[in-house]
Formats: sequence, C-alpha cells, structure tokens
Amino acid sequence: MATQQTRALGRIAVAPSVIALFLWMIVPLAMTIWFSLLRYNLLDPNPACSPLTPWALTDPANRCLAGASNYYYFLTDPAFFRAIGNSLQLVGWVLAISVIGGILLALLLDQAIFGRNIVRLMIIAPFFVMPTVSALVWKNMMMHPVSGFLAWLFQLFGLQPIDWFAHAPMTAIVIMVAWQWLPFATLILLTALQSLDEEQKEAAEMDGAPPLSYFWHLVLPHLARPITVVILIETIFLLNVFAEIYVTGSGGRAGNMPFLVYQYGLISNDIGGASAGGIIAVILANIVAFFLMRMIGKNLEA
Amino acid sequence: MARAVSTRRRMFFTAFAWAIAFVIFFPILWTILTSFKTEGDAIELPPKFLFFQWTLENYGIVQERSNYLLFAFNSVVLALGSTIFALLIAIPSAWAMAFAPGKRTKDLLMWMLSTKMMPPVGALIPIYLIFRDFHLLDTRGGIIAVLMLLNLPIIIWMLYTYFKEIPGEILEAARMDGASIGKELLYVLTPMAIPGIASTILLNVILAWNEAFWTLSLTTKDAAPLTQFIASYSSPEGLFWAKLSAASTMAIAPILVLGWFAQKQLVRGLTFGAVK
Amino acid sequence: MKPVISGVLGALVFAAMATTALAETKLTIATVNNGDMIRMQGLTADFTKANPDISLEWVTLEENVLREKVTTDIATKGGQFDVLTIGTYEVPIWGKKGWLVPLTTIDEPDDLLPAIRGGLTVDGKLYASPFYGESSMVMYRTDLMNKAGLKMPDAPTWKFIREAADKMTDKANGIYGVCLRGKAGWGENMAFITATSNSFGARWFDENWKPQFDQPEWKATMSYYLDLMNADGPPGASSNGFNENLALFNSGKCGMWIDATVAASFVTNPKDSKVADKVGFALAPDNGLGKRGNWLWAWSLAIPAGSAKIDAAQKFVSWATSRRYTELVASKEGWANVPPGTRKSLYANPEYAKVPFAKMTLDSINSADPTHPTVKPVPYVGVQFVAIPEFAGIATTVGQIFSAALAGEKTLDAALAEAQETTTREMTKAGYIK
Repeated sequence: MATQQTRALGRIAVAPSVIALFLWMIVPLAMTIWFSLLRYNLLDPNPACSPLTPWALTDPANRCLAGASNYYYFLTDPAFFRAIGNSLQLVGWVLAISVIGGILLALLLDQAIFGRNIVRLMIIAPFFVMPTVSALVWKNMMMHPVSGFLAWLFQLFGLQPIDWFAHAPMTAIVIMVAWQWLPFATLILLTALQSLDEEQKEAAEMDGAPPLSYFWHLVLPHLARPITVVILIETIFLLNVFAEIYVTGSGGRAGNMPFLVYQYGLISNDIGGASAGGIIAVILANIVAFFLMRMIGKNLEA
Repeated sequence: MARAVSTRRRMFFTAFAWAIAFVIFFPILWTILTSFKTEGDAIELPPKFLFFQWTLENYGIVQERSNYLLFAFNSVVLALGSTIFALLIAIPSAWAMAFAPGKRTKDLLMWMLSTKMMPPVGALIPIYLIFRDFHLLDTRGGIIAVLMLLNLPIIIWMLYTYFKEIPGEILEAARMDGASIGKELLYVLTPMAIPGIASTILLNVILAWNEAFWTLSLTTKDAAPLTQFIASYSSPEGLFWAKLSAASTMAIAPILVLGWFAQKQLVRGLTFGAVK
Repeated sequence: MKPVISGVLGALVFAAMATTALAETKLTIATVNNGDMIRMQGLTADFTKANPDISLEWVTLEENVLREKVTTDIATKGGQFDVLTIGTYEVPIWGKKGWLVPLTTIDEPDDLLPAIRGGLTVDGKLYASPFYGESSMVMYRTDLMNKAGLKMPDAPTWKFIREAADKMTDKANGIYGVCLRGKAGWGENMAFITATSNSFGARWFDENWKPQFDQPEWKATMSYYLDLMNADGPPGASSNGFNENLALFNSGKCGMWIDATVAASFVTNPKDSKVADKVGFALAPDNGLGKRGNWLWAWSLAIPAGSAKIDAAQKFVSWATSRRYTELVASKEGWANVPPGTRKSLYANPEYAKVPFAKMTLDSINSADPTHPTVKPVPYVGVQFVAIPEFAGIATTVGQIFSAALAGEKTLDAALAEAQETTTREMTKAGYIK
C-alpha cells in the first residue's frame, strides 16, 4: 500500500527521531572514544591533559596520550570478569524469576478470585517505586541483619538471620530487582491470558483436558509473544541496573558492568579508564542484544 | 455439589492470591507505616504493626529540611515535559514505520533500542561538558531533553506496535476522501490510537519519574526532582528510618497513585501489541 | 491533552523567569547531610540579617553523592556551586591544582587548631576553613566495664582492648564487646583500618611508592582486626559503617566503639541514646610504637576558583567557621552541640570544658599528625588516607577485599595478597611505579 509519496514522507517523518537519537548516540560515543585514548584523571595534578585539548596529541612529553593502555588495564582487571559474570547472573536470575513467577502469578490471578482488582493493585505497586527508594527500603528496613524485618522473621522461626550484604550480596540484589520487575511481567502476562478466548478455555475444560497439557498446548503458545516482549524490555533495563548496587554498597562482590564503569569514573576519577570501560560495555551489550534477537526475535514477527 | 467444590476452590485461590499480593506489597506498606512512627519505634524489635504512637512529626521535619513541593514540581515538569516532547517526534516516526515500512525498518527499531544499552556513567563526562558549554546544567530544559532521548526508543516501539494493529484500509479511505497526510495523522490515526498513546504516556512518565542517574548528576537545585530529594536522606548520621520512610513515601506517592488509577490503561499498552 | 501542554510550557516559562528575576547575590552551597550541617541551615538568619544582599541556597546530599557531584563539577569547571563542603582528603589535591580560592578573610586564623590547619594548607595558603574537625577515640560503656572488673586507662593499648572486649561480650544478651567499621569504602572501613595500621607500624607505601601489604606489619594489623571482630563483634559487621555502629551503640549493643570523635555528642545525647549516661572516653589505642590508631578529618568549607561570587562566598565561609557561629549554636542548642574540633578558643572556654568529651576530643586531634602519620617514613601526607588522586579508587577496592575478609569470604592471607596485587597494579598504571 505504501506509495512512492508515502515512502518519501515516511523518511521525513522518521528523520527527527533518527537524527536526535543519532546525535544522542554519536556525540557522547565519539567523545568517549577520544577520552578512552587519553590519560585523563579528573584529579590529576598534571595540568596538561584536559579533555578537549588537541595538544594532547602533540605534547612532547607524551603525558596525555594513553594509547590502548586504558583498554589494557580495564580488560586485565580481575574485577572486569567478575563484573561480566555478575551482569549476566543478575539478568539471568531476574529474567528467570520474573518470567516463571510471572506466568504462575498470572495463572493464579486469572482464576475467579475475590477482590482481584485490589490484588492486582498490590502486585503492580513495586514497579512504580523509584529504584533508589526501593534499594534504601530493602537495605534498611527489610534486610538489615539486626533490626530489619526479615531478621525478625527469621528469629521468629528460630533461624539465624541472614546478613544479606555480607554473605549473599548477589542474592539480595536479585531479590530487590526481581521485586520490581516481577510485577511488570505478571501484569503483561495476565493481560495476555485474559485475552485468551473464553470459549477456548471452556472447550478445553469440557474436554477434560488435563491442566498440564492444557497449559502446555494452549496457554504457553499463546504467551510466547508477551514473554518475548518481557524478556526484551527487561534485558534492556537489567543490563543497566545501578541504583540497587550503589545504594546498598554491594559493588565489591555484586558489582556489574555499569558499577565497574562507575567505580573507574567517579570513585577513582579515572575518566580515561571509565571511557574505555564504557566502550567495552557497549560492545558487550550489543553482543547480548544480537544473540537475544537471534533467539527470540522470530516471536516478534507476525 | 459441583458448585460447592468450585466455591471452595475459589476461596483457596483467593486466599493464596491475597497472601502473595500481601508479601509483594509488604515493603511498601511497611515503609508507609514506619513513616508514622517515632525513630525509637521504627527500629524497635519485635516490630510494631499498628499499635504504636502514630505521629506526623517525620513529615514535618522532612518538609522543614527540604521544600518537598519544589522537588515534586520539578519531577512533574520533567516527567510530563520529556514524555510530551518525545511523543511529538515519536508519533510521526512510528506512523512511518508502521504504514510505510522500508526494508530496514526492523533494523532501525533495533538500533534505536540499542542506544539504551550504553551504561550512562560511561557518557557522564561528555554529557556534563556539553551541558556546561550550552549552559544546560541544572536547567529543566536540559534534563527534559535527556529524559526524552532516553525514553524515545521505547516510546517509538510502543507506538509502532500500536499503529501496526490499525488496519491500513481505514487510513486509505481517509486519503481517498482527500485528507492530507498531516490531517490523516491528526484526525484519523491519533484518535484511533488514543488508548495506546495513553499507556505510552503512562509508562514513560513512570520511567522518567524514577530515572535517578542523569537527574542526580545534571541538576543541583533549580531543576532538581525527587531523586535529588531522596539523595539527601540516604544514610545520614544515625539511622533515621522513620524520616527516611517519610521521605520515601513522599517521593513515591504521586507516581504510585497515578499508576494505580491508570493501571488498566497502562497494562493494555505494556503488552507491546503482544496481545491480539 | 492541550491543557497539559500549555501547563508544561507555562512551567518552563516560569522556570526561565525564576532564574533571572533575582538581583541579589545567591550563593549555592553544596553540603553533606550530617547533623551539624543541617543545624547550620536553620541558623543562617543570623548571617542573612547582617548581609541582606546575599541569599543562601542549600544543596544537601549524602556524602558519596556529594563528593561525586562536587568533584565532577569542579574538575570540569561547571560552576554549579559557590561554596563546597569538602574534606581533608580533597583540599591538598585541589588546592595544588588551583581549583580553590585561597581564603584571606577567615576570622582569627591563628585560633585554628594547628593539626587541622596544617591539613588544609598548601604552600602556606589556607584553602578551606574547617567547619568541624574530628579524630577518632574509644567510646565505651562504663557500666559494662565495671561489670567486667576492668578500668579503661586514658590511653589504652590494643592488647587491653582485646581483653576488655572478650570480657564484655555477652552474645546471649545481645552485647558485643566491640563495634568497628567493616563496611567497604575508603572513608568507611579503610579509614579505621589505615589509622589502626599506623599504630601497628604499617604503612601504605614505602619511600618508592611500593605497596606494603606483603609486610608483616599489615599482617599483624589485619589479623588483630579480624580476630577481634570475629570473637567480639556484632553480626553483620562487614556492612556496618559509622551510621550503623552509632545505631548499635545507642541501642546498647556495643561495649566499646572506636570511631569519630563527633559521635561523642550523639552517644551522650539522651534523646537519641539509651546509654547516654554510661559512656566513657579514651584515646585511640596504640601498640607502644609511638603512633596511636586515631585519624584526623575536617569537614571544611571551600570556594571553587570558578565561582563568580567569591567575595560573598568568603563572607559566608568566614561566618560559618567563626567563633561567633559556635557561640550562636551554644546559645540556641547548648555547648554540647557546637561543631567541635576547629578552634583553640573553644577548648579554652570554661563552659565548653564541662562537656564530657571535650578534652578527649582535643587530645585526640592533637595527637594526630598528618605530615608524619606512620612509624616508618612515607612519601605521602594523610593519616587515614594517602593524599594522592588515585587513593580513593585503590582504597575502595582494598576496602571491598578487607570487608569480604571480615565476612569470612576470604582468608587473611588471600585478602592481603589481593590487596597488594591490586594496589601494585593501580600504582603502576598511574605511573608511580616505573
């Protein structure tokens, strides 16, 4: 149906967002690449190297140009592999919890229950909470090993309270992040379930199809696309989880890629190193995105 | 007989669902309760659920220390402003992608999403320098631009999936009647997509409201939203959980209320066209 | 939709006007969210009355957020702030870079405590004026000490601390002999551990900037710290920083707490503390090597060189750090609440001498020497930190390693080896080690 004219118009219509996003991507990216080649510490007492100085290139003492050494130090940092591992773990666990938990919860809420609207309100609520606030609340009021609510709950059952951020920082972060994203998944999957034809459901019940096979052959295929959407959106946000790790101070062992870049940039003030880290993180994220699209992209067609 | 079983089953599921919902909601409930306690009660174990000395003192102290309304006003302006400006440029793009798709439309969409993959902190210094040179630091306009760009890919994607479900014939019919493309967009497409646009707005208001890295890094006072407000309550000397709770409640309350009222709208849009 | 758009536009116009309408000098002050600073915000009427053409705007932030924002801004010359609240770590580095305005109008500079003043001076110029100063000392529960049949000397040794902690610990009743910092961070556990290591004869670097974590002194420091905390520390110690320990001590769970001297006014304040009338003070412990395990820190006000309002800012800094300001606080909130540790005159004041922790605070501050912090010679200044730009980053990583060791996730030897490795790496990268 697209005529030549609409095609041309289409290009014009797309242009503003493409140009805006392109600038938003390319300008910082170009500057970041430039910085990543510099010896650029914010607090460096050596005054010669400021970021926008072309003479970084011609400085006779070669004090500013770092060449590939920022990349070398970032890639050989033992924290780098830990950060990749943590990033993947975080994304993997939260995705698993929110997809599987979301399906189960959606199935439950799809039953005829009293006060479903209120239940749904309570379940969606965490998605609206600022990550910073969520981290503060979980760290202090819930997970504090002495005065936290969970500590009290554990003691009530005669268990030793877990010192979350000392012994299981990753688990704690996963719990916090999953708490925010499980509601998101649940709601999307619930809406999808509810759109499943009533007649189909009833027919299946009349046939006396065993629940499991009903789920497997009817429900799950129907949920394939919404699940894909959940995975895609969540992955984008989960790769950049930062507030939860920062606020709870668990960057030491549970730090992911964004946290490592932060540690380079804003704690060590090593802008050169942080820039190199940022570039590496972008490359890695795009690799993840590529495989993700390969694996689940088909579901988005149709 | 069959009815009795079904009622029992219904009761069982109801109880189960309520229990889970309560657990999920509990941290928020607990924060709100704690905000009404004295500092002493807030840290007391075993915890006091309802029978404690209720007090509004914490809200008073928080307000006295920092003008909540100013921060909240900024949050509203930034969230709405960024969403509206993003819509203005996203609607034409989404229209073009949906109704005049080229070979590369899918790739374009994926590329747009991929701009969200850079860890923000990696680009902090470049953006900070640009903001400094254009005098955008601590201005609402600057932050609106950043939030708009952050959310643009998601907005375009959501609208795109929405528009795709609108049958092209309707637009063609309008065109037959002599409507220009602009009119077609404004009078035919937009009204049909109102539910989708509404949920897009909602999701992006939520995302913009909760964005904490850029808003914290690029504002100081004039444009500072609630994320900045919260940053002055995390870990002061001594653990002031009641005050922290009061500040937290104040920071999340507006968006929570909005989200609750609009959740039906929101959910429909969140499916990204995944639900037929 | 329309009203929303016009509302937003209206708001934008309003915002634009609000920023241009004021003719008076508006100072933007970046400050940390601790009690003394927040108190000052309530007392500024005294300043604005005397200077009606100056108005003050506060940006109050949590310590780490503050440091990151202020550093980014000053290093990129963003010009967002007119007055900064910074510590003794930043002042020498920034002063040397020429990022700060030398303070010339400070009231009675000779009245400042020499140790504090020395830490804020670069090449003879004062670059920041101390708002409050602190060292660290032992705070202990007199009742528990009596119960254990011991008497805390004014200048205890680490051996005594261990003995007392063992005797005071009563885990069944939730009493832990000693609470110390364990939360990772260069200003958290590393401040305590570095200061402690000084008294064990350890040092961060030798004269050639070679890291020293492979030396026996560090092993002695860390094995003492870990043994003590494992035997007598509270659960979750590896995530306890200053705030967490303060809450623990105030709720009566700690026998002893070695931390910042400013905590003294909190733990003796009956409003916040359950043990306010049972607290005693002593100097930070030593090991008989000539250095005690106490640090030196001052939250100070400084003016960035990029500020366009230097004169007004000087006036404000002078007011906030003057003798007059302490008297103002004293008249409104009592002597125990004045910002401590900056001026000799405060400690000469007979009224202030009645405050139970006044003398011990002064003695602690006086016994710290940032220019000669260690037993063996070192190429750096700073007691609980090393005043080089790379330190914050390195010490954060090392702090994470030591915190993990405290949590039992790493052995002592592994932690020290890792600390040595990462520090060597970072120092090589930064060009200190050729």
